[in-house]
Amino acid sequence: GLFVWRLKSAGTRHIPCQFVHLCQVANGRLITFQYFNFLKRMYVTQYNKDLSQRAKPKSDPVVSPFHELQQLDQEKKVIHKISPISPVHQPWPETSRGNELREVKSATETKASVTSVRAEPKEDRQWKEMKLQLDELPGILARLSKIKLTALVVSTASAGFAMAPVPFDLACFLLASLGTGLASCAANSINQFFEVPFDSNMNRTKNRPLVRGQISPLLAVCFAASCGVPGIALLALGVNPLTGALGAFNIFLYTCCYTPMKRMSIANTWVGAVVGAIPPVMGWTAAMGSLDAGALLLGGILYSWQFPHFNALSWGLREDYSRGGYCMMSVTHPGLCRRVALRHCLALIGLSTLAPVLDITTWTFPIISLPINLYISYLGFRFYRDADRSSSRKLFFCSLWHLPMLLLVMFTCKKSVLEKEDKNDLLGESHGRATEVRLP
Amino acid sequence: PPAHSHSDWIGPPDKHSNLRPIIFYVPPEESPLERQLREARQEAQACNQRFWARHNRAFHQEKEEFIYSRLKAKGLEMRDETGQKATLNAEEMADFYKDFLSKNFRKHMQYNRDWYKRNFTITLLMGQVALARALRWLRWKKKNVE
Repeated sequence: GLFVWRLKSAGTRHIPCQFVHLCQVANGRLITFQYFNFLKRMYVTQYNKDLSQRAKPKSDPVVSPFHELQQLDQEKKVIHKISPISPVHQPWPETSRGNELREVKSATETKASVTSVRAEPKEDRQWKEMKLQLDELPGILARLSKIKLTALVVSTASAGFAMAPVPFDLACFLLASLGTGLASCAANSINQFFEVPFDSNMNRTKNRPLVRGQISPLLAVCFAASCGVPGIALLALGVNPLTGALGAFNIFLYTCCYTPMKRMSIANTWVGAVVGAIPPVMGWTAAMGSLDAGALLLGGILYSWQFPHFNALSWGLREDYSRGGYCMMSVTHPGLCRRVALRHCLALIGLSTLAPVLDITTWTFPIISLPINLYISYLGFRFYRDADRSSSRKLFFCSLWHLPMLLLVMFTCKKSVLEKEDKNDLLGESHGRATEVRLP
Repeated sequence: PPAHSHSDWIGPPDKHSNLRPIIFYVPPEESPLERQLREARQEAQACNQRFWARHNRAFHQEKEEFIYSRLKAKGLEMRDETGQKATLNAEEMADFYKDFLSKNFRKHMQYNRDWYKRNFTITLLMGQVALARALRWLRWKKKNVE
């Protein structure tokens, strides 16, 4: 509760994550912590960026460390609350000690990011040599591949992997995660390669590496190829061909369909929602080797989630979209924009109820998830009715914590593999006994 | 940019087009392929600059006109008692954004096609130049070894 309030008070319009892939994970408390950590870094950086643009430079140092410390305190509280949950898989408990170290690291990282943000506006106004600086290269490539977004995509894929009703295979999991991550890096780099002049004109994206000339387009394409080809090969050969095909298809869909379509028709939002829904399906197929109803359900949940998330976000960016020539529902069909967001909030309730029917979770899942689904639907309804900035922002911020929470609840309500095996054994035994009785 | 530099220099974003201008370095022994690449990049830069400067100027102008006409319809002045510029809220501006986007749709379609073509040819040329330079360097190395 406290943390969400913090998010809302610090929130700004300029959310860096391009809509589609902001799929969260809730694969145990470790990744939940990482997610909160990421959010904190994102919002603190954005908050301070805004400060440095408007307020006098002297006032910044006073505000930001205090803000950071408060965030850290709350985070610590969050950690302690989450740890009591008993671990389901073996690997996770060892890493809880790593959390403490990461907290310290994140504090220094945030401070570094704050100071770097303050330095940027001054550097921006100078002429720079267009030579590749090797020491800056990792940072440049991270921004080119939208590394934070990629991390979230990989998290979603691992959620799909975790929900598959098979015993956990660590090697397969790591290969699938790595392959998905590489594929996502490739797709994001190509996207930035295509959109240079448009990105320069939008506030949210004008600091990207290609826009700033920190890397040449040729290098960007080579980087994309050197991530994409091994990534897909890893998925197709190291995991299974189906996952590889899905990965390749997703890259194609994102770079060759979604990116050009953004400027051609509002249908791009639906294509983008599919792009966001595919990673968990990939996680599932990596574990199971086949596309079952469970995979489609997980994909469906993420597909539906994209709409309240993106439509609410795009409501505040209408001016930039209009000037940049992007065809988005929020600009051309505002009524449809809000209707679709509400429709899909309600669809989430339906899909959550479908989970136990398909034997993926127990019946406790739709019951426990009902409050959060109802809350997001309520906010969706408010957005539909009021159609103003505050309701769109409320809906957007709700979507940010709604998804990880939903996935976390789903994971804890997952139907245990052993349970199912026992049931099958019992059934088999009873059948056997019945036939034995009849035989003589 | 300093005279002795051997690389291109990129500057701060232009006021009108928001694009960053590049000053291209012309090496003394520029091969025809390299010249082709440089000219393609210069042309693309000029074209982009023209498009976006004009487009953004039109946007701001039409936005001002829209605000003015709406305020007049409401019976208000452009500046209120405190001298602050009067603005319309987001919902009223939404009509303008929708209108502007649909009016400029064809222009954007053409620009997109143009931009994608230019981007591809420039990157392809960059690849060819890089390959040529690598081969030249290898030949030079072989000669030095001998």
